[in-house]
Amino acid sequence: MSSTTEREKQAPRPVRRPGDRIFEGLSTSAGILILLTLLGVAIFLTLEGLPGITASPDDLGGKTGGKNFFAYVWPLVFGTVWAAVIALLIAVPVAIGVALYISHYAPRRLSSTLGYVIDLLAAVPSVVYGLWGLLFLSRELAPFYQWLADHLGFIPFFAGNPSGGVSANSILTASLVLAVMVLPIITAICREIFLQTPRLHEEAALALGATRWEMVRLSVFPYARSGIVSASMLGLGRALGETMAVAMVLSASGVVTFNLIGSTNPSTIAANIALQFPEAFGTFTNVLIATGLVLFVITFAANFVARAIVERRKDFSGAN
Amino acid sequence: MTTTLQRTPEPDLQRELQEHQLPTYLPKAILVGAVLAGVALTVAGPLSIAQAVIVAWLLTWALPIASRVVEGGRKAADRTVTLLVASAFGLALIPLGSILALVISRGGPQLNAEFFTYSMRNVVGEGGGIYHALVGTLLITAAATVISVPIGLFTAIYLVEYGAGNRLSRWITFLVDVMTGIPSIVAGLFAYALFVIFFGEGVRVGIGGAVALAVLMVPIVVRACEEMLKLVPNELREAAFALGVPKWRTVVKVVLPTAISGIVTGVTLAIARVIGETAPLLIIAGLTDSVNFNLFSERMTTLPVFTYFSVKFPGVPPEASIDRGWGAALVLIIIVMLLNLVARAVSYFFSPKGER
Repeated sequence: MSSTTEREKQAPRPVRRPGDRIFEGLSTSAGILILLTLLGVAIFLTLEGLPGITASPDDLGGKTGGKNFFAYVWPLVFGTVWAAVIALLIAVPVAIGVALYISHYAPRRLSSTLGYVIDLLAAVPSVVYGLWGLLFLSRELAPFYQWLADHLGFIPFFAGNPSGGVSANSILTASLVLAVMVLPIITAICREIFLQTPRLHEEAALALGATRWEMVRLSVFPYARSGIVSASMLGLGRALGETMAVAMVLSASGVVTFNLIGSTNPSTIAANIALQFPEAFGTFTNVLIATGLVLFVITFAANFVARAIVERRKDFSGAN
Repeated sequence: MTTTLQRTPEPDLQRELQEHQLPTYLPKAILVGAVLAGVALTVAGPLSIAQAVIVAWLLTWALPIASRVVEGGRKAADRTVTLLVASAFGLALIPLGSILALVISRGGPQLNAEFFTYSMRNVVGEGGGIYHALVGTLLITAAATVISVPIGLFTAIYLVEYGAGNRLSRWITFLVDVMTGIPSIVAGLFAYALFVIFFGEGVRVGIGGAVALAVLMVPIVVRACEEMLKLVPNELREAAFALGVPKWRTVVKVVLPTAISGIVTGVTLAIARVIGETAPLLIIAGLTDSVNFNLFSERMTTLPVFTYFSVKFPGVPPEASIDRGWGAALVLIIIVMLLNLVARAVSYFFSPKGER
């Protein structure tokens, strides 16, 4: 062994040509530029947002309804998280079902085509979802909401308006649109993970006489659990930051309420920015940028956790 | 060996085995029956399409119920889950079909020569078109591509060819993943906060939109290129090194040409992803009724922003503006679908032999 290292020491060092150095420098700096961009997003948002955070309510000319920054952003944070959580509650079970159908139930030959069809949902631009939610879905859902208010009105979620009646441009409609938008993301990741289930586990379960559902429950789900969690977190990140669908569908009034089908709804950070920014000026612009910073921190945290789970899983599944 | 063989009780055994089993044709029969019932009820008139779908779906529950009676609990649970899983897939198709049908039926009648060649300058009520928005979308997306492809491609080259799993490359990979989750509106605010420094308050400029889109596009390009470069067989690199080719020439002349079809596919898909972005352009590129070819000054309308304002703030009377919004949405969807098709076609026809 020692003779080898000696020979390596004596061997001529590899030639480093100028072209090599330039090319390596270029590609390294491109990578570092990406890190700087991410850092820059945080820095520039903080720089432009700080005047908004520290501004007194009087400076804002009543744009925030006489509240300081934190009182202004709290209902928005609530609305953002609330809408995203409802969307996830709807989307995750459906996404798991769709992923399972594609990976384990559909005929093998069809499965990639079916996956592509679901991916088409991700290709539809968000503004088109907004259009669909505003001009189609909310009108179709109005009778259903009325039924909910009539029969389940004793549950606070379905209380409807205090004066009777319901609003179809409510947070439930917005969340339904969000659910459709995050569905392809969650489905795609779940599908990949379901397909990675060790074949031997599945075959062992089937050989012991399990039905297909028992096989899925005993071998696929335990294997995929952390993957489902991280897929849901990624979907959550997307739902938190989605702007246009909410901005177009929701009639918002900056309140904190759990009523799903009333006409007063909490707005979300992203939708609020989209609605207010084109007309904003002065310090109010800084306030909006500061709310954007809050949104950035929330989604960054959600994505960070999700990716960390995936990373940890990678080491684990590599051993299998 | 001369023992008399007893007659095996085959027919009875078979009957016994099949006694607690539903016939194999039953699931298909029930599915066909439910579909036929739904179609009949719609055609005959008492139900709307939505109601008929619900009725047909309820009818398919006959299978798990029959299974519970004949086959017992475990089989019934299995069939119930099969039905639920298939229903989930069907449920996911409803919004897709509904959106496409709606956009085509409402937007289709809007598409004519005037719609594509007129801007909204001095248009009140009917008439006008999306020429200015098309120009804006194409220019801004092209600029975003020009910014993000070199950065994304070089980063991918670093990750695959130079980084080789060191600390920096692991961090880049992780943060690129996190970056894919940046909300698009935050990218818009970032571009605004950046350009405010140069242009002053209330800046609206096309290149800002391009920067915002580039922030969203770079991580997608990096991921796609990285995957493709990893697929290039190491033997090709080693053969080039053995011939004394410098590393950078190996990358440029051997690795990239091998992976080019995958890279083009990835970039096209990335363009398709960002071309429909609304929120960042709403913030930094703004809205105007006129055609603007200059990325570096004044507002620039794009198709998604045009759609948004046409529908959300239609003015009086609203019909003409909302119709234009549907038309613009249809054009946008067609562009996105075309880009997706081009990407698939490139990866199908130009990928190296054997990978198809």
